[in-house]
Amino acid sequence: MKLTNLLQIAIRALQRNKLRALLTMLGIIIGVAAVIAMVAIGQGSKQSIQAQLSSMGSNMITVRPYSNVTVGGGARLDQSGLQTLTLNDIKAIQSESKFINEVSPAVSARGQVINGNKNWPTQIMGVSPDYLKIRDWSLKEGVSFNNENIAAAAKVCLVGQTIVNNLFNPGEDPVGKIIRFNKIPFTIIGVLSAKGENAFGSDQDDIILAPYTTVQQRILAIPYIQNIYAASTSESTTDSAVAELTNILRKSHKLKPSDDDDFLIRTMSELINTFSSTSQLLTVLLTAIAAISLVIGGIGIMNIMYVSVTERTKEIGLRMSIGARGIDILMQFLIEAIVISIIGGIIGVLLGIGASQLISIFLKWPTLISVSSIVISFAVCGITGIFFGYYPAVKASRLDPIEALHYE
Amino acid sequence: MTKKILDIQNLKREFKMGEEIVRALKGISFSVDEGEFITIMGASGSGKTTLLNILGCLDKPTEGVYLLDGVNIGKLSRNELAKIRNEKIGFVFQSYNLLPRTSAIENVELPLLYNPAVSKSEREKRALVSLEAVKLSDRKDHLPNQMSGGQQQRVAIARALINHPVMILADEATGNLDTKTSYEIMALIQELNQQGKTIVFVTHEPDIASFSSRTITLRDGRIIRDARNENIRSAKKALAELPVSEEIEG
Ligand SMILES: Nc1ncnc2c1ncn2[C@@H]1O[C@H](COP(=O)(O)OP(=O)(O)O)[C@@H](O)[C@H]1O
Ligand SMILES: [Mg+2]
Repeated sequence: MKLTNLLQIAIRALQRNKLRALLTMLGIIIGVAAVIAMVAIGQGSKQSIQAQLSSMGSNMITVRPYSNVTVGGGARLDQSGLQTLTLNDIKAIQSESKFINEVSPAVSARGQVINGNKNWPTQIMGVSPDYLKIRDWSLKEGVSFNNENIAAAAKVCLVGQTIVNNLFNPGEDPVGKIIRFNKIPFTIIGVLSAKGENAFGSDQDDIILAPYTTVQQRILAIPYIQNIYAASTSESTTDSAVAELTNILRKSHKLKPSDDDDFLIRTMSELINTFSSTSQLLTVLLTAIAAISLVIGGIGIMNIMYVSVTERTKEIGLRMSIGARGIDILMQFLIEAIVISIIGGIIGVLLGIGASQLISIFLKWPTLISVSSIVISFAVCGITGIFFGYYPAVKASRLDPIEALHYE
Repeated sequence: MTKKILDIQNLKREFKMGEEIVRALKGISFSVDEGEFITIMGASGSGKTTLLNILGCLDKPTEGVYLLDGVNIGKLSRNELAKIRNEKIGFVFQSYNLLPRTSAIENVELPLLYNPAVSKSEREKRALVSLEAVKLSDRKDHLPNQMSGGQQQRVAIARALINHPVMILADEATGNLDTKTSYEIMALIQELNQQGKTIVFVTHEPDIASFSSRTITLRDGRIIRDARNENIRSAKKALAELPVSEEIEG
């Protein structure tokens, strides 16, 4: 039996009953469209979360104080009450580390910032000039503060875009202006480029950066530092940098081997992984739901193929009487099922792509159509066709020609 | 010396119906030469269809020998039987058995789709020749439900002819048709027979049997009469002699 003949037989048989073929496909169409759209939503959100996280600086490592020690009635100390991180740590890191390029101390305070009759509640963060490199942050205007400013605890600052928007009139140049944070005057020497929201939804541009010495001495009046920000030499050396950092800090804090770390190190890649696996889970869940609908579509095919075999018993009898072998009949029905599921698959893919586009246009959800989801749903369609078409086809091929011919 | 197309000896066919055994054929022997036009007669239930199914390789005898074109059918597998049906036999049924919503020409082509040796162009050519032989080439694109019963049966005959079978088997092929249309079909069958086709035609109407060259009569699974017809009627003439009032197509 020639395959082209079998294909012709199967396609002609489908053409004889187009509406039924379409109804049979419906389950597959919906299933595939659902898979494509769901995976697109999952992948899209994963990609956008990753992009947002990398915008925070993908090599970034943060260190904050940490303690398991409890005081009083078992309450743990708040981390701002911990004073374990100091400028000596920064010096140790700078002199000993191989895997860390930049390091910056950080101290921050909340307060009201005032320019003339305008005011705005915000955060001031004291850092070293390296902080901008660590965060991969550039200046829109002006210059950054330098080590002389640090040494002098100069009252200079860089402001984020949100501060500019809230304290200045449109078109007004903030550079050179003096604003007051908690009554202390700061001269704006630069404006930070806009970074937008971070992955947690907080506004990264709602910030004032100043020399850490200034914030330590003039605002908080503390000798210690609250956080350390560092950047590893590259994304791939992050793990080595963390190990190294741990050693340096333990040594600098004079911890005994039996002591727990009195600090906590977090890396950006850790965060990216956490989010990735969350959105991975989302993708898996959505895909599972969609896959179930694909299986239901397959069962729909099986159901209708069974009905079709019964209904076309006489046709099968005739085909056998003019020389069709059992295998020819089996192949005919199998090919019918596969053709139905593949055409259904094509329509489903197109529909799924269309649906994803509509979702990103109207709901503004990020979507990403992955080639693999198209390939996989296609393969699943073919397999569905074979799997669910097989039993009805076997049933057809085993019919007795005489009984089939006289079936009414 | 004429060639024996089929030769059966002591053919028996039994059906098991639970405990009971139905003996549909109880030992049938006869042979058919190339170019013969045989009718098989007998009352309902006498075993005609059972016999024809075996002759057509749709069924196998419980006992006995069946040689078709020199091949012993009893020894063949299901697939080999299908090949024989495809290459050596043309079936014509009482209820035409055309595929619905399928044009006349595509119905005629059908057996050749199961013959890998025949190319697409040859298939189309032979289908047209077949339709011409039954004088329906002008209806090649018509669907079965756009044709009369007689026309549908002619399409079925064209389908039976397309694989150049060694014999045509017909089971009550005129059973659903009125007298005039039956005669038209019989005229066509006689014409094919004159061109050399071997024909085995099952009927229970003596009127139809009179057009054949030999009649085998069955009763209760046995041959009770096997006689050459000395006085073969011409279906064409019979058609011309029909009273005008019968001229309604069925
Ligand atoms: N598949 C079958 N199972 C059981 N009995 C059958 C079967 N086919 C035919 N018969 C019996 O065999 C006998 C002959 O039937 P059949 O060949 O159809 O007669 P005819 O065609 O002459 O009317 C009948 O008694 C019928 O009931
Ligand atoms: Mg019968």
